[in-house]
Amino acid sequence: MLPIADVLIVTAIVFSLSLVGIVLNRHNLIVLLMCVELMLLAVNTNFVLFAHYLNDTAGEVFVFFILAVAAAEAAIGLAILILIFRHKRTINVDDLDLLKG
Amino acid sequence: MHEIIYALVLFPLLGSVIAGFLGPQIGRAGAHWVTIIGVGVSFVLSCLLFKGIVMDDGATLNFNAYTWVASCSFQFDVGFLIDHLSVTMLVIVTFVSLLVHIYSIGYMHDDPGYQRFFAYISLFTFMMLLLVTGNNFFQLFLGWEGVGLVSYLLISFWFSKNAATSGGLKAFLVNRVGDFGMILGMGAILTFFGTIDFASVFAQAPAVAAHTTFAIFANTPWSVVSIICILLFIGAMGKSAQVPLHIWLPESMEGPTPISALIHAATMVTAGIYMVARLSPLYELSSAALSFILVIGATTALFTGIVGVVQNDIKRVIAYSTLSQLGYMVTALGVSAFSAGVFHLATHAAFKALLFLGAGSVILGMHHEQDMRKMGGLAKYMPITYVTFLIGALSLAAIPPFSGFYSKDAIIEAVHLSTMPGAHYAYFAVVAGAFVTALYTFRAVFMTFHGKPRMDAETKSHLRESPWVVWLPLVILAVPSAILGALWIQPMLFASDPMLGQAITVDPKYDVLKQLGTHFHGVWAMAAHSVVTLPFWFAIAGVAVAWVFYIWKPHWPAKVVKHSRWLHFILIKKYGFDDFNDLVFVRGTKRMANFFYNVCDREIIDNGLVNGSGRLIQSMSLYLKRMQTGYMYHYALAMIIGVLVFLLWQVLIN
Repeated sequence: MLPIADVLIVTAIVFSLSLVGIVLNRHNLIVLLMCVELMLLAVNTNFVLFAHYLNDTAGEVFVFFILAVAAAEAAIGLAILILIFRHKRTINVDDLDLLKG
Repeated sequence: MHEIIYALVLFPLLGSVIAGFLGPQIGRAGAHWVTIIGVGVSFVLSCLLFKGIVMDDGATLNFNAYTWVASCSFQFDVGFLIDHLSVTMLVIVTFVSLLVHIYSIGYMHDDPGYQRFFAYISLFTFMMLLLVTGNNFFQLFLGWEGVGLVSYLLISFWFSKNAATSGGLKAFLVNRVGDFGMILGMGAILTFFGTIDFASVFAQAPAVAAHTTFAIFANTPWSVVSIICILLFIGAMGKSAQVPLHIWLPESMEGPTPISALIHAATMVTAGIYMVARLSPLYELSSAALSFILVIGATTALFTGIVGVVQNDIKRVIAYSTLSQLGYMVTALGVSAFSAGVFHLATHAAFKALLFLGAGSVILGMHHEQDMRKMGGLAKYMPITYVTFLIGALSLAAIPPFSGFYSKDAIIEAVHLSTMPGAHYAYFAVVAGAFVTALYTFRAVFMTFHGKPRMDAETKSHLRESPWVVWLPLVILAVPSAILGALWIQPMLFASDPMLGQAITVDPKYDVLKQLGTHFHGVWAMAAHSVVTLPFWFAIAGVAVAWVFYIWKPHWPAKVVKHSRWLHFILIKKYGFDDFNDLVFVRGTKRMANFFYNVCDREIIDNGLVNGSGRLIQSMSLYLKRMQTGYMYHYALAMIIGVLVFLLWQVLIN
């Protein structure tokens, strides 16, 4: 039986890495999407972990939901990415400041 | 009976409204007819009342017409008090007003504002009637302000003339200073008496005077009645043009001459005299207020008269003589000779209206030239004007047996007998004033009607007597100017059943007229006795000096001026009242206003508060707008930092 703290540390590291990936990544939108997936995975792992330790299946149900949403999100994200590329001929994150309005 | 009073007061208003609003429809003749009929009805009704109340000694009428304002414990009514005093005033006002209406037909003949003029003077008559018939302070004040308003409108009647509009403004503003005292006095009456009805105030007055004091400064209790009386008298000082609030009256001469006669000589300016006489039960309770009145009146009587000697505008000379005569009336009030004040008011109304209308006739003949240095020798061309003007002048100069002699001599003798503090000074002032009065009056007569003609040939060729509508009022006014004094002195001042009846209350210890009455042996004896009195010889001396300086040795005045330049300068500057006011009040106010405008308004409010908050927001937003970069990872980071902060916060709380 793995000690819960070890698993939590691993997931926290994965989450932090993905966060750093989102913030520091200045070039590739695909990396950004990957980091988002990674973040969701870290959270999923936590859900599974707590579900196991607390003997509550609700956490595992959540994981299914999140996986489904993540799959959809990846599909839509990639679609948006392709559209952005078609539109702007770049997937460089630094050039994408349309949210400024 | 009540209907008579309503009709008496409202008819001039009716005439005014018709002439004012329907001017173009009824035309010029319509305007003067409708107003003359209105005032004529008032005059006839006043005479009826005079017969009924004064001559047949009818009962005093005091009734409320309706409640105007009722607010918790206070009630303001519109009501009328018709007693001997108000009926006497009614007759004087409507008589002079009627004559001035008639006179104006001739004087204003070519004026484009003909209907407007008649509407105004009728409105004035209405306001004046309201003032003298009111049975409470509120109505008195309404009339008081009403006549002030019409005075303003009429002084600036020729509104395209700069001097006229500024003269009107000055009259209005100076009167506001007086009204300030008036309003405070009325407020004090409401506070301490709880009512503003004359009768109830007088009933309570002795009790209030005996017990109520009021500390303006800590630990110095003042008698409430003294404070009220002085405050109300400040109102009278504004309206009756007493020093130092007299400065507006000479400027008011910019208005048409009939107005100067009606408003600024015969009626409106005597409103202050009327008010003090009406409130005699109150004033008798305060010797401090009486002394104050006495000193102010005596100062006005002498010093404004002296200024009249150096004026060259015929209307201004008469204006200064009005100031001086008002000073005499106020002096009479100050020595508790209220009846003598009202008596002088009556005779003055006649002879001063006559003098003004005579001056107007001269001005008409001279084609609106008012400078006496360009007149001279007019007696030959305008005989009726000359004779009537001369009667007015003799009356004003107090030459027996003309009206002015009786009223003015009564005042001088009353002041002589008075023991009021300040009476010695006042006696000196009124006796010296007798000389000055005769001097400036006859200076005007000699410069205008005698000597060599000094006008240009063009004017001279057009000189002739004015039309009958102008000279008829002069002749009518000359009659009371000559005989009113002899007729009224006995019933007004010395009769056991005096003409003013119970309207005047005099404390026996101040009753100088009663003492004077013991020496009174009929009007002719009084006139004959005057030749051994000082004021008579002073008046004769005044006439003689005027004759020497302006007929016999016409080059002397210039010599005197040369040798007493500083005195002449002071008089030309009118003791510097205008300059003082200009320096302190006008420029002081302007400077202060500039300070508030530049510093408080523009700097603090506009620049500091209004623009400042705008600038603050702008500079803050300069920083804040950099936060919106549009990069998604910035937002993500902000979100995560936010979540972390919340988590940390939760952890720290628990």
